Formats: sequence, structure tokens, C-alpha cells
Amino acid sequence: MQLTNIAKFILLRTMKFTILLFAVIALSFTLVSFSPVDPVQSYLGAEMMVVSEEQKEEIAEHFGVNEPKYKQFFNWMKMFLQGDLGTSLLYRQDVFSIIQEKFLASFALMAISWAVSGIFGYGLGVIAGMNKGTIIDRAIKFYCFTLASTPTFWIAILLLIVFSLWLGLYPIGLGTPIGMLAEEVTLLDRLKHILLPALTLSIIGVSNIALHTRQKVVEILDAEFIRFARAKGEEGILLFARHGFRNTLFPAISVHFTSFGELFGGVILAEQVFSYPGLGQAIVQAGLNSDVPLLLGIVVFSAFFVFVGNLLADLLYYIIYLRMKNGEMI
Amino acid sequence: MSILHELTYTTNAVPEERHANYLLEVKNFSLTIERVEKGYTPERLYVIRDFHLKIHHGEIVAIVGASGSGKSLLADAILGIHPKNSMIEGTVNFEKSPLTEKRKKQLRGKDIMLLPQMTNALDPLMKVGKQVQTFIKQKNKQKVLKSIFQKVGLSPTIIKEIPSTLSGGMIRRIFIAMALASEAKLIIADEPTNGLDLEALDELLLQLKILANDHRAIVMITHDIEAALKIADKIAVFYAGETVEIVPRKNFTKKGEKLRHPYTKALWNALPQNGFVPMDSSQPSPSIVIKGCVFSDQCPKATKICRIKKPKLQEISDNEMVRCLYA
Repeated sequence: MQLTNIAKFILLRTMKFTILLFAVIALSFTLVSFSPVDPVQSYLGAEMMVVSEEQKEEIAEHFGVNEPKYKQFFNWMKMFLQGDLGTSLLYRQDVFSIIQEKFLASFALMAISWAVSGIFGYGLGVIAGMNKGTIIDRAIKFYCFTLASTPTFWIAILLLIVFSLWLGLYPIGLGTPIGMLAEEVTLLDRLKHILLPALTLSIIGVSNIALHTRQKVVEILDAEFIRFARAKGEEGILLFARHGFRNTLFPAISVHFTSFGELFGGVILAEQVFSYPGLGQAIVQAGLNSDVPLLLGIVVFSAFFVFVGNLLADLLYYIIYLRMKNGEMI
Repeated sequence: MSILHELTYTTNAVPEERHANYLLEVKNFSLTIERVEKGYTPERLYVIRDFHLKIHHGEIVAIVGASGSGKSLLADAILGIHPKNSMIEGTVNFEKSPLTEKRKKQLRGKDIMLLPQMTNALDPLMKVGKQVQTFIKQKNKQKVLKSIFQKVGLSPTIIKEIPSTLSGGMIRRIFIAMALASEAKLIIADEPTNGLDLEALDELLLQLKILANDHRAIVMITHDIEAALKIADKIAVFYAGETVEIVPRKNFTKKGEKLRHPYTKALWNALPQNGFVPMDSSQPSPSIVIKGCVFSDQCPKATKICRIKKPKLQEISDNEMVRCLYA
């Protein structure tokens, strides 16, 4: 019974997502089709001079550049439905394999910052909520509001100035050291490169979850069962550990899943500043050079990624709700 | 019902020698809340103005007052969990020594226990058995827990359930189970009869009576004078934050001739079986300072002097007190 309910829930969400995805693709395609950049030119780059007009014509023919826009769109859709995302003009590689490779780098970055900002945000939220109205609470709130209105790239630049330029502790950019063979790159090298971008995203990601958790803690402290727990002689950390933790943790995790979208947006900016070779870098390059297949591929992928985050958040809430209704323990 | 009847009329007679040996003694107790908001002059709310109460072991005292008269705050204040912006004054003695904030902290949950009013007083995500178990101090907790559940008429199979699966009646039994499990000498029941039908009410009152027969003192805070009269040994009538009368249950007779305070009489006569005499139930706002008698605006017997001179609480006997110039 429960399983069929959950399956129905997922199915419904997926259907809604399919419609949304179609709209997103159509919009993205319309926007790139206004781009003044000539795909053939960006494909050939410096070799533009060497290649003859006839050859250019042939390339354009092969790409389908001369066909009407709607036809191009349907060509792409047809291939997409067959599971083929096409070939990137920039990388001259299968779009799917590029996304795979780039996503791995971005995923490490996002996973670290998601976990770090979640843990710190939750902790800060709890501290603020438990000390509501005090100077600690106000300091944390001030910190969160400031961060919420701070652009990611600016934090990234600040961190670069302090840690890379002044202190010289971390590399200025890229994902691996320059001039080193891929086999020679150690895990430590990678960690060193990922640290600053991850820190940037963690700092930014804290505010949302902290403010949400604070609100939840304040709400719960007002609840009748906390008054009763106090009457039982519980207080402070014991009170929170017994009655606050579980009651605030699940809403917090759930909210944190919905931040996938912001996380993805943040990654694009952070990767730009740190020249970190992830999906964010790739999508910016694709946009600037009219690499339509790659751009649309990443758009599809990122929409899917955010969808999964939101679905997980909703699912978590739904399962908790079902469990509470049926009286099972979590 | 019949058991309740019997229990009710075997009054817990207090032996003479224990008369002065109160478990809890509250004198001249007041609680003021100070509301400070930016840009406004601080506002003071005199929620409890002049409260008196004495209770022995094994005794049930009902504090009866209209809804919203600050009764729940009284419970919080005795437990020491009143809001931070409130100030309390007066004497509170527990087992003959002053109940300081520090002592409240040590005693709450152990010697003094709250019996909450609402079913949402249980942690929604914690198994009910575990919530009761925190009160059990003996070894062999599981066994004790099971026997307590059976005692209050709950199946031990629900030990592993969370509160949302239980009915309101079951949750009230859990509260009673907590009181039984604890070694509390004083139980403060905050509106325990709210929203109960007659049958559930009698069952609850019976269980409170069982607790009292277990030598525990019970302060029952309620607005339901009928329920209070079913089990309480004494009734403390609470009006506008003051104790206006403390009266043994046996004095509630016929037209209320034995009641001394006009407010108590009005409450008694407003009951359907006693004539259904309507009364003006409004109370003076807690934000004003009252010079004379708090009831003078509603009192049919009030004279000029009532509005100027505040009557003192006169002790008539050990069980009776009244605050009225004309009593």
C-alpha cells in the first residue's frame, strides 16, 4: 500500500518534470539560436584562414546550420529521444562522455560543500535557536543575512586573495597542478585544488539551512512537549538531545536537498573564478562558443540534477509523514 | 462510576498532628510579566497578584478559575519554568523549607511533577514507553514499565508506539502512568479534564484519586468546578490572580449558604443544577493595578469601601480562608 503510494508519487513527479524539461529545452534552444556566434567559425577557430569556402559549406551542411531553426530543434529532439546527446563542437567528443567527466569533478565539489554547509548550518541554526534573543543568536543571524546577500564570486575572490595570494597556501586555480601528467597527480593535489572552491560554496550554503533550522528550533522550543520536558527537569543540551534533535533534523535534511538548485548555480560561479574544470566551466564555454549540443546536454543534465534533489526532499518529507501516520519509528 | 463514588466519600481525613505539616505552602505569591518592546513604554502584567495555597500529603486541592486567568503560569512558576521576563514574589515552602529557584530545578520531575493538559505534551517522535521510562528509578525498568501500563489500563503492546497512533484517552493514561512511575510527592495537574466526555472524565478523576490515595498531593488546576467538586478535598477559588476563597468541598451545599465569597457563590449558582443564575464572567485586565477588592466591579454586595480598601485573606479555620470585607 505504502510502496504503491510512493511509486505513484514518484511517477507523478516524473511526469511533471518531463513537461518542465521540454519547456526548459525549448527556451534554451530559442535563446542560443539568437546568438551571433557562428558555430562553424567557433568550430574551426584559428584554422578559419586555412579552410576553403567549399569546405566551410560542407561543414555547415554536416552540422545542419543552414536548415531552418525549427528543423534544427526537431533534429536535436529526435536524437535526444533516441538517447543521443550529439557531439560537442568545442571538445569534438561525445557530449555524454564530457558531461560524465566534468560532472565527476563538479560532483566532488558539490558533495563536499553540501555536506560541510549542511553540518555547519544545522549546528549554527541549533545554537542560534537555543539561545534565541541573545548576542550569540544575533551574531549568527547577522552572519547568515550577510552571506545570503553576498555574491558567490565575491567570496571566491576574497578567499583567493587571502589564501592563495597573501598566504600562498593553496593554488590559484584549476583542478590539478599545471604541467603534470594525469598519472602523477596525487589525491592530496586534488584536495588542495578543491578546497577553496568547496569552502566558497560551503560558506554560502550555510545561511539557508542555518536560518531554517533556527526557526524550527525556536518553534519546537515553544511546543507543549518541550514545556513538559522542562517540567520533567530536562534542560540545555540534554533537552535538545532527547527532544530537539530528531524533531529538527529531518526538516533540515529535507530543506537541504532542495538547495541543489542553488548549489548548482553556485558551482558555475565558483568554477569560473577558480578555473575549476567542472560542468560550470563547460556550460559557460558552450554558451560563449555556440556549442549548442553541449549546452543543451548540460541544461538537460542540470535540470535532472535539480529535479532529483527536489524529489529526494519531497520524498523524505512524504515518507516521514507516512511513517508518523502509521506510527512507525524513524 | 461507583468506585469513584466510594473513593470520593472516603475522604482523606488529615490527622490532627499533621495539620501544620504542609507539603506545599504558598503565601502572598505574585507573578508579574514585564513586556518590553522597542519604542513602547514597558508594560506590566499582574498575572498572579496574591495567591495562597496550603496542601498536605494525600490531599487534592483544586484551583478553580476562569480560563485565561493565569492558572497555567501558576503551575509553571511552582515548577520554576515560568518565562524569563516574569518576576515572582512571595513565599513558597515545600516540605517546610523555602522552594528557591535552585531547589525547584532539583525537584522538578522528581518530587514535583506536572501532569500536562494537552495530548501534544508528548514528544511526537519518541516511543511512549521510553517517555514513561525516564521517570522510573528502580532497576528492572521494562518489568516496572509493563506493570504500570497495566495498572492504568493500557496494553503493554503500545509501549513501542509513538504518540500520534494513540487516542487522546490513551495519552492521558500515559500521563497518569508517568505520575505513577515517578516518585513525585506533589503532582500539579494542569487542566486535566479539558475536552473529556463524562465517561473519560470519571475515569481520569478516579485515577487522580488513586494517585492521591498513594499519599501524593495533587493540585488540580481547572476551570471546571463540577469536576473539581467530584474529587477535591478543598477548592481554592482564583479570581483575577488572587485566591479569593479556600473552601472545603463539603461547604458546597444547596444555595451555597456556607460559601463566604460572593464570587464563589456566583460560580456555584451558575451551575445548571443550582439555578443556572447567569454571571458576568469578565475579569479585570491584568495590566491595571487594582487598589481595592478585585471583585468589586462585579460584586452585588460591593460598597464604596470595597473599591478603596483591599480585603485581606482571613483564616477562618485551617481549611478555610476568605478574602472579603463582608464575609
